[in-house]
Formats: sequence, C-alpha cells, structure tokens
Amino acid sequence: MDIQKENSMIKQKHMLAEQFIELSQVKETGKKVVYTFVPGNLTELIYAFDMLPVYPEINSLQSGMRQKSKEYIQEAEDMGYSEDVCSYVKCDIGMMLQGNIGPTGQQLPNPDILLLSYTGCFVFMKWFENLKQLYPNAEIAMLHIPYQESGKIEANAVKYIKDQLINEVIPTFEKVSGQKFDNDKLGEKMDLSAKAEELLIEIFDSAENTPSPIDAYFGGVYYIGPIFTAFRGSEDCLEYYQELLKEVNYRVANKLGPITPEGYMKEEKFRLVVEGPPNWTHFRGFWKLFYDMGAVFVGSTYTRVGGVYDDGFRHSSNDSIKSMAEYCLGCYTNRNIPQRIDLIESFITKYKANGFLVNSIKSCNSFSAGQLVMMRDLEERLEIPVGFIETDLVDPRYYSYSNIKNRLDSFFQMLDQRQSFNIGDDIVPDDVLT
Amino acid sequence: MGNTSYLETIKTARELFEDLSFSYPGEWKKKGESRKIIGFLPIYIPKEIIHAAGMLPVGIFGAGDRIPVIKGDAYFQSYICHLPRTVIELVLNGNFDDFDGFIFPSICDVIRNLSGIFQLKIKDKFVRYLDFPQNFEESIGGVFYRSELERLITDFEKMNGIKVTPEKLNASIVLYNENRRLMQELELIRNTDPYKIPAVDFYLVQRAGNVMSVEDHNDYLKKLLPLLQDSNFEKEDKIRVVVSGSFCEQPPIGLIKTIENAGCYIVEDDFQLGHRWHSKDINYKTDDPIGSLVDSYLNDSTYSSAVYEGDKPKGDLLANRVKELKADGVIFCAPSFCDPALLDRPLLEKAMDRHHIKHSNFQYHENLGQFHVIKEQAGTFADMIKLWE
Amino acid sequence: MNVFLGIDLGSTTSKAVIVDKDGHIIGRGITNTRSNYEVAAQIAQNEAEFNSRFTLLHRRLKTDSNGSFDWGDIISQLENRFHYLQYRYRFYRLIEVMFENAALLENKELSGKVTTLLKKIQDDMLIDVEEKFLNGAISLSSDFFRDIFSTGYMQAIQDEDKSYYDQLVALYDRSITPVENEKLNFDFAQLAEEAIELLPEKSFQEDTDFRKNLDEVELLSLEPTDYIGTGYGRQLLPFEEKHIKSEILCHAMGAHAVFPGTRTVLDIGGQDTKAIQVDKYGLVTSFQMNDRCAAGCGRYLGYIADEMSISVGELGPLAMNADYEANICSTCTVFAGAELREYLNLGEKKENVLAGLHKAIVQRAFALLARSGGVRNEFTFTGGVARNQAVVKYVSQMVEQNYGKIKINCHTDSIFMGALGAALFSSRRK
Repeated sequence: MDIQKENSMIKQKHMLAEQFIELSQVKETGKKVVYTFVPGNLTELIYAFDMLPVYPEINSLQSGMRQKSKEYIQEAEDMGYSEDVCSYVKCDIGMMLQGNIGPTGQQLPNPDILLLSYTGCFVFMKWFENLKQLYPNAEIAMLHIPYQESGKIEANAVKYIKDQLINEVIPTFEKVSGQKFDNDKLGEKMDLSAKAEELLIEIFDSAENTPSPIDAYFGGVYYIGPIFTAFRGSEDCLEYYQELLKEVNYRVANKLGPITPEGYMKEEKFRLVVEGPPNWTHFRGFWKLFYDMGAVFVGSTYTRVGGVYDDGFRHSSNDSIKSMAEYCLGCYTNRNIPQRIDLIESFITKYKANGFLVNSIKSCNSFSAGQLVMMRDLEERLEIPVGFIETDLVDPRYYSYSNIKNRLDSFFQMLDQRQSFNIGDDIVPDDVLT
Repeated sequence: MGNTSYLETIKTARELFEDLSFSYPGEWKKKGESRKIIGFLPIYIPKEIIHAAGMLPVGIFGAGDRIPVIKGDAYFQSYICHLPRTVIELVLNGNFDDFDGFIFPSICDVIRNLSGIFQLKIKDKFVRYLDFPQNFEESIGGVFYRSELERLITDFEKMNGIKVTPEKLNASIVLYNENRRLMQELELIRNTDPYKIPAVDFYLVQRAGNVMSVEDHNDYLKKLLPLLQDSNFEKEDKIRVVVSGSFCEQPPIGLIKTIENAGCYIVEDDFQLGHRWHSKDINYKTDDPIGSLVDSYLNDSTYSSAVYEGDKPKGDLLANRVKELKADGVIFCAPSFCDPALLDRPLLEKAMDRHHIKHSNFQYHENLGQFHVIKEQAGTFADMIKLWE
Repeated sequence: MNVFLGIDLGSTTSKAVIVDKDGHIIGRGITNTRSNYEVAAQIAQNEAEFNSRFTLLHRRLKTDSNGSFDWGDIISQLENRFHYLQYRYRFYRLIEVMFENAALLENKELSGKVTTLLKKIQDDMLIDVEEKFLNGAISLSSDFFRDIFSTGYMQAIQDEDKSYYDQLVALYDRSITPVENEKLNFDFAQLAEEAIELLPEKSFQEDTDFRKNLDEVELLSLEPTDYIGTGYGRQLLPFEEKHIKSEILCHAMGAHAVFPGTRTVLDIGGQDTKAIQVDKYGLVTSFQMNDRCAAGCGRYLGYIADEMSISVGELGPLAMNADYEANICSTCTVFAGAELREYLNLGEKKENVLAGLHKAIVQRAFALLARSGGVRNEFTFTGGVARNQAVVKYVSQMVEQNYGKIKINCHTDSIFMGALGAALFSSRRK
C-alpha cells in the first residue's frame, strides 16, 4: 500500500521482506516451517526452536489486498467448497492449489509442522483438517483452547492447555526441529514480548487524546502486524514499537491526527469504536469512506484478535508455559459475548467515542453471530448511536460500495445531527399539510 | 400401509415432535419438587449425568417451518444458519418457560455465541457452553473432560440439591445403555430392511427420545419394535443411501420424505446423531462412573464434523460404514451456512471418490417449503445408480 | 417567493415536495424513476411546481374573494385538465416516435401494416383516457404516463390483428425509453389557459380576482431558495454534496413533521426497508436497513407481480380477498417465486398465496424493527409500499400482536415523507 511513510512503516516493511526471504531459503538453511493461526499463536515457542512460522490467515488477507482472492476462492469453490463458508479458508486453499505463491512473489515453503492452535474459531479446526490432506507429510500438533464460557480463565482450562503443550506440542517441535526444549531461551523471548506488549497498549491508549493520534482500525491493522504475527518476542518487534510510539507521541504533542493514505487526517469529526474485522479486498476505499467524513476509529476489537492486553495480561518468563496458556485463553474471540460487550464498553468510555459501528463479516461467525445483540445492548447501556454494515474478509462479491455508503451516510448524518442539535431548533410547524 | 397399532405408536412420536409448547416435559416436571428440565442443543451431551441429577434432558432442534420468524431474524444476519433463529423465537415467545437450564455443546461458532446470547437474555436460568475435549489422550483431554463434567454436576446440585452419587449415575448409565441397545435394534432393522419403517417415522421415533424420559422412551421402543415385524409396508425398488451432514439444524420432514419418495431408502443418517454417539455400552459396574463416561467419550464415540478427526480420517470412516451397510451411495445434505458440515463436505466427497462410492449433494434450511429441485436431484441420483448396477 | 424543494429519488419513483418558508407543503410531484435520473428529478420537480401554483392560486382566492364561486372545486377541475393536457402532449410525442420507428422497420409490408394499425387506434386511446382525466379517475399525481399509456395501448392492440401483436409490443418497448428520458418543457401559463378552455362552465372568469391572481401566480418565481436531494439514487443527482442528505434522516423528519407523536418509523421503499427510531424532536436515535438481501422490499412485490403477470397495484386488493394466508417460508425473493409457483400448481387460490407473500414481507420488516429497538408509540408507516392495503393490514396486525396497543399512522401522502423531510431540512437551514 502506498501510504505516507513513517519510520515504523518502513521498518515493518523491511521485517516482512526479510521474513519472506528467510522463508524462501529454507531448503538451503534447513530451517523448519510451522503453519499456524494468529489467535493464540505460539510464536515465541516456534522461535525458541529456531523454526519459522507461516500464517495461512495472513496469506489470505494479503491475497485479498493484492486482488488475487477472487480467483483463489473460485478455484476452491470449483473443488466443492460452498459459497456459504469462510473465504479465508477458500482463499488459502485456492492459493495453495495455484502454487502457494506468497505476497512477495516467492513461493512459500511447505509446512514441516501444522500447528493447529484452535483458539476462538471453530473453523480453524476444519481448516486444518483440510490442510492436513493437502500436506500429508507434515507433522501435526493440535492445541485445543477451551472457550472462556464462564467469563473467566478457569484453572482446569489452563491445566489442559499446559498438558497439551508439554506432552504433545513441545515433543513434536523437538522431534521436527531436532532441538531440545530450552526454557531459558523461551523465557528471553517472553520477556521481549512483554515489553512490546506494554508499548502496544500505550499506543492504543493514545486514542484517549483529542484528536486521536491513531486510527485504531485501519491504522491499527498495521500496528498489530509485528506483534500478532511472525515477530512477537524478537528485538526487531520491540524496536518497531519503540519507533511507533515515538511517532505517536510526536502527533500527540503537535495535536495531529493519524496518518491516512492521503496524509494527516484533517479534521476529527467523529470518534468511533468498531467491532469486527475489516474488509481486505477494498481496504483503501473502505478506509476512505471514513477519513473523508472526518471519522477516526479510537478503538477496535479486531486489534485484539491476536491477544488482549487491555486487562493487564503480559507474556511472562515466570512460568512461560502457563503464560502461553493464559494468552491463548484471553484472545478476543475466545471470550464470551458478555465479556466482549464489557471490553467494547470500556473502549467507548475510555476513548470517548461518540459512535459504535459493527462491520459484520460474512465469513466469520465467530465474530458475527451475536453482533446484533451486542450492538443493541451497548446502545441501551450507553445511549450511543450505533451503525451496522456488512462486508466480507476477502470475498470481493460481498463488498457493495453503494450499499455501505448508503448506510454510512445515514450513520454519519445521524451522529452529526445529534452532535449539533440544540433544543429550540425545532421549527417544523404543527400543520405541514395544507 | 402400516397396521393400526404401528400407526398409533408413531402418532405419539409425531405429537411430541409437533408440540412446540413442550407439554410432555412440563407434565413430567410437575410430578416432583426437585425435577428440572435441561434443554440441550445438538449434537451430543452426556444425558446420564442430567438424569442422575433428577433432571430431564430435552433436545432443542429448532422449530422448522412451524413458526414465523421475526425476533430470530432480528438477532442474526442473513448469512447465519436458520436454527438459532427459531431457537431465539421460541425462547422469546416463552416456549421454554418451563425449562430450568440450557446446555450448548461445542459444535460451531454460531451455537457457541448463541450460548452468550442466552447468558445475556436469560439471566435467571442455568446456561452452560460445554467444551468437549478435542484431545483424546486420557491423561490430557480425559482429565479436562472429567473436570468439565464435575463442574456440571456441582452446578446441577446447586439447582436442586440432589447429589449425583456413583450409584445414581450407574443406574442412569444402565437405563441409557438399554436405550442405546433398543435404538441399535431399531437401526439394525432399518439398516437391513429400510422399507419396514419409513424414514420419517424412524426420525420421529428418534426425536421422541430427545423429549421423553429415558424410561418412557425405553418402554416406547419395546412396544414399537415387535410391531415392525409386520408393519405391512411393501418393499419397493429403491436404492440404499446414507445421508450425511444434517446433524444440527434439522432437515424438514418434507425433505426426509422427498428423499425417500424419490427412490432412496435412507439406511443411515446423522439427523439425531447423539443417539449413537457411543458405539458400545458404557461401563456401570464401577465406583467411578464419571470415568466410564469419559472413557467412552474418548474411545468409543462416533466420528463427527464437530470433533477433530486426529489420525482417523472421517472420509475413510464414512466410506467403511457405507460398505458395511451395503449402501449404494451417499447424499450430502447440509444446512445452508453450516460451517462444520460444509467444510467437511469436500473432504468427504474426495474420500468417496477414492473409495468409488457415488454421492450427490444439496443444501437446505429447516423452514424450506418446496422440495421440487431436491426431488429431481435425488430421483436422478437413484436412477443413475440403478443404471450403473 | 421563498420556497424550498425536497427531492426523493427512489429506485422506482421520484418524488418532489415544495414547502414555503414556514414549512407548509405547497406542492407535490411524483413520477416513475427512469434511467436518466436527472429527467426523473426534473419531472417530479416540475409537477411539484405546477401543483404549487394551483395551491397558491387557491390560497389567494380563498382570502381575496367574496365567496360566489367554489374555488376549491374549480381549481381541482382546472388541475385535472392541466394534467390531461400534459398527458396529451407526451402522448403525441410518443406516438410520433412510434411512427418513426415503425417507418424504420426493414420489412416494408410489416412497417406499413403496423403504421396503419397505430393510426387506427391512436385517437380512441386518447379519447378513452380524456374522460378519466377530466373526472379525476386518473391523474398524473398518482398514475404515471408510462402506465396510463401502456394500459390503453395493450388493451387496444389486443382487439386488433393478433399476428402483429408482438411487433406492436416491441414497437412500444423500443419507443418509450427514449421518450421517457427526454426533458420536458411545459409552459404553465399556456397550459393553464388551454385548461380553462376545456372547462364546461367558464363564468368564474368574470371574477376579476381570478384573472388578476392567475396572472400573478403564473409569473411568480418558484425557483427554490434552497433544496435537498435524498433517496436511493441521491448520489446520482447533479447536486453538490451540501444539497444531499441521507434518506433515513429525511424520512424521520417527514414522518415526524406530519405526525409529531412519531417515535418509530417503518419505511418500505422499492430497494430498501428502513426501521427508524426518533426522539421527540424528530432526531434519529437509531436505525436499521435491510441487509444485502432485498426480500421484503417493494422490488419483491414487483417481482411477484411480474411472476403472476399482473400490475403491482392489483396485488394488495387481491390479497385482501384471501380466505387465509398460505404459509410462505422463504424470505428469499427467488425461493418465494418458486414457492408461489408450487402453490399455484397445487391449486391454491392466488389470493391466499398473495396474502401469504404480503405477510412474509411484513415479517421481514418486523425483524428489522426488532433489530432497531422495536415499535414505540406512535408508529408511522411510510414509503411507496404503505399504499398497499394488504401490507397495511398485516403491519397493523403485527404491531398489535408484538407490541400491543399502539397508535399507527399511515397517511395517503406517505410516499412523500422522504421528499418532505428533505424540503423541511432545506427550509430550516438559513
């Protein structure tokens, strides 16, 4: 994407480029490759064994941004995948069938391990059952993360995850990597993660300022890039967040808004909190619909999908295995609906939002089922104006510009009307009909 | 045509099916102070525990096309399956007022989030999302499952003060073992001579087992089974199919009838898969019956779209079953927007191809009203298979 | 004169409302939306402007005159004739294009035959509608040129040589679209004078006030001081951004202005259904629009009408004659079409099937209402579909069933609520 470049962005770009180069060289370096998912990812553990992670979701997302998803999805649907099911899965399978070419044009290596971290999304499990057939030679490691049905982290769930990690995941890693598990090596990475997490929260909380120096949705997806994917637990990742925080602090000091593809956001008219992932196939146009109207996102749930740090959780070397278990359990879509509402409420209040928007994603029932109830509940609880739009992750057939624009126009005008109305303005006569 | 006693017996099951006010459970509850009704969603729950706690497990399978959906549509976007809509409609219309609690087994994200909606909207009742282990090691998944079941038992005790002792649980296991055996007998008849019981009737008998008490359903089956020996249905020239993918949102009665009328005897389906979740008797001669339930879950349970397949590929299991049953083909019949069934379908189809088993597929929703297209398709499938033979 | 214009460009109809500086409606105009949105908007605006002149004339005569004439009746008769004259102009224009197109047919024999037939039927077609216009049975404020013409035309060619039927239908289809998209330039003064000539009784002309006021009203500038466009196609209007407003706000404002007790608005339009909650000031507090699926909108009714080969206007009255409602499960347009056919094949009365379909639409709308927060007192039902009696019947039933006793407002002007809201918004920003 062609965005006004800041150091942090340039840095992230380099990090990604290096990652893909490293992935393309595994035949020479002999490094092992682990395919896994973003929510509840075990990046520190993977790196503690000097293996490289690949995230099928990120591949799909990138394919969406590169306008390749339509053809990949078609390929998968031709194979018998229903139009009804998750477009990430179909896009990933389609990409694999067409040679597994990654976002940089280099071919992605096949997995040595399929690590199914089944966290907060049932479809992950089905996705992996499908990948298992496509990569019959990969070792399989399954990590089942129970749902936080009771609204808190239960001791038996932590034990269950630890048992799986110790008895199944780690032994599989040892077997494939040929390395023994090194708790100290893992601990170092955990500590680095915690430091980056601390900075990330500081960055998120900068949205308490007016104008907000960040856009916590469209900008947010860049901010979470390193920490939610291949880089958490690395020095590079920490440096990225140090750089980013510097930039955010500069904007705060100078009363500047976030950077959009068209430069600094001009006027902050609306402060929104959003629930649901963004659309990737029309990412830039979708963003423009908001910044053109002076709407900035001060909070989003999507930026908590790879981990929630708002309530104090940090990775810790104190008991690394337990820490990983708690991290997995806490991911956003692994939280129950009342917890999700509470978290959104805290965003709305803390970041002084004046509107709440749901971007309902057709592919993602984990997010979407229940959103209408969450929306009504928040509307009643906080008397906040709410808006509702529908898109999809990477299926371009489900992005209708005019449909979205029509709803957003009404939403913004409703917000505007409520912000600018003064009692006494009412000039409508009693007898309009003559 | 079935004989009179047969028709009378089926009529009982049909009435239970049609009764959306759940008067049978309501009447059952009136007979004792401590009696509670626990509703559960598909696919499987360990009913033995509910029974041992002095409660009645009642299956919640939506309402098909029998109620208009208004509030339910207000809760769910158009791309979400239909089942939770009728469930919400029934809840808000008060059809579950006699119920004391609800269990949502882990099956998909929609049912999972529906449990959250219940938590929000039904504050005065017991609501539990029940996570089954996807790890099948006794020392890992087994330990977790046991702790989940124990938590459930503790919560039940809080509701009515009844302690689930090993004796009580063993007694419940005995009753459900008997129920499973009777159901297996019925299934065997259908597996071999499907003409003896029409698919819809078979379905209604299964559904009755998710409303009636296990004692009543056992009596019911004991009465029904001998009647099937001369139920007077004529054997017709139809192919034998296994229907797969309809384990959660239920196919409308009209759809089941359509498949059969189009020339396909259903020798096995997964509409009410919970009845045959355990393939063997559960051990009751023990002082640790919870351990028996766990053990049976880990080692003797069926494959399913809701369960991680591990190193036992579902496709091969289904293919083997088709061969065992001497079925002619498989009909993949999944509800629209059903993630588990629809994401399994391509894998299963591929496995059928590998095993040279014919298959066909279509989608439905529980309130589907017209079956013309499906009739054509199932009919063509039957004709095609007959031609091949 | 200071007037304010609101235009609601819907997917099936385009509406215009003109209000005076106090926010009183003085004129309404409506036409069918066509491919050229600008023309549709312009026709609606012209109609509203003509209607305004008649309203203003009536206002003046009411205050100025001594009461010897029934001005209300006279002006309404005058307006009927005015509409007829507009129709007649467009009628000849269309016939002219049809002759041109007939002449272009390659098969000369066919061309000649078609031309002869057209010549034969044209006069009768006009005479047929003239009567109806003059007694007010049809009017351009509720019937559209295209519909009036095609009804008469189809009837006329039915009675002629059947072998040319298809060619005659094709000829109409080919000609109506370009004609409909032509800009119109009517001169109010000229048409008004012609309309007076058509009146059987002209003694009122002797009233000097009439002449004086008519002259003044003819000359009055009704160029809007400000204007706002809204509706489904608002982005296609040649208006600057500041002259565009969302339909949600406009519908809410319009409904609230007509019924100040309104707290919930349901608007069923051609393309969108909207459930809107407003506060006592008419400000929108929340709203919901139908999701991507258009089942439950006006378009769905259009689809059903096509499926049954009847006009949309006939659907409601037929459904009102049902014995009961056939159970329609599908919420999807395509599936409902299939269910409809299946029912009809099974011999179900079409009235009952239609009643079921109407009920299904209303159920959809109620799901949307529930999403937006339910129905609160008072409830105002607006949009083109609010003209359909069967829909109104089921809406009333379902309000009572689900929300109890609630005052339901439904006005004959319900289709103009969006345009009215837009006009009011433009009048209140000074």
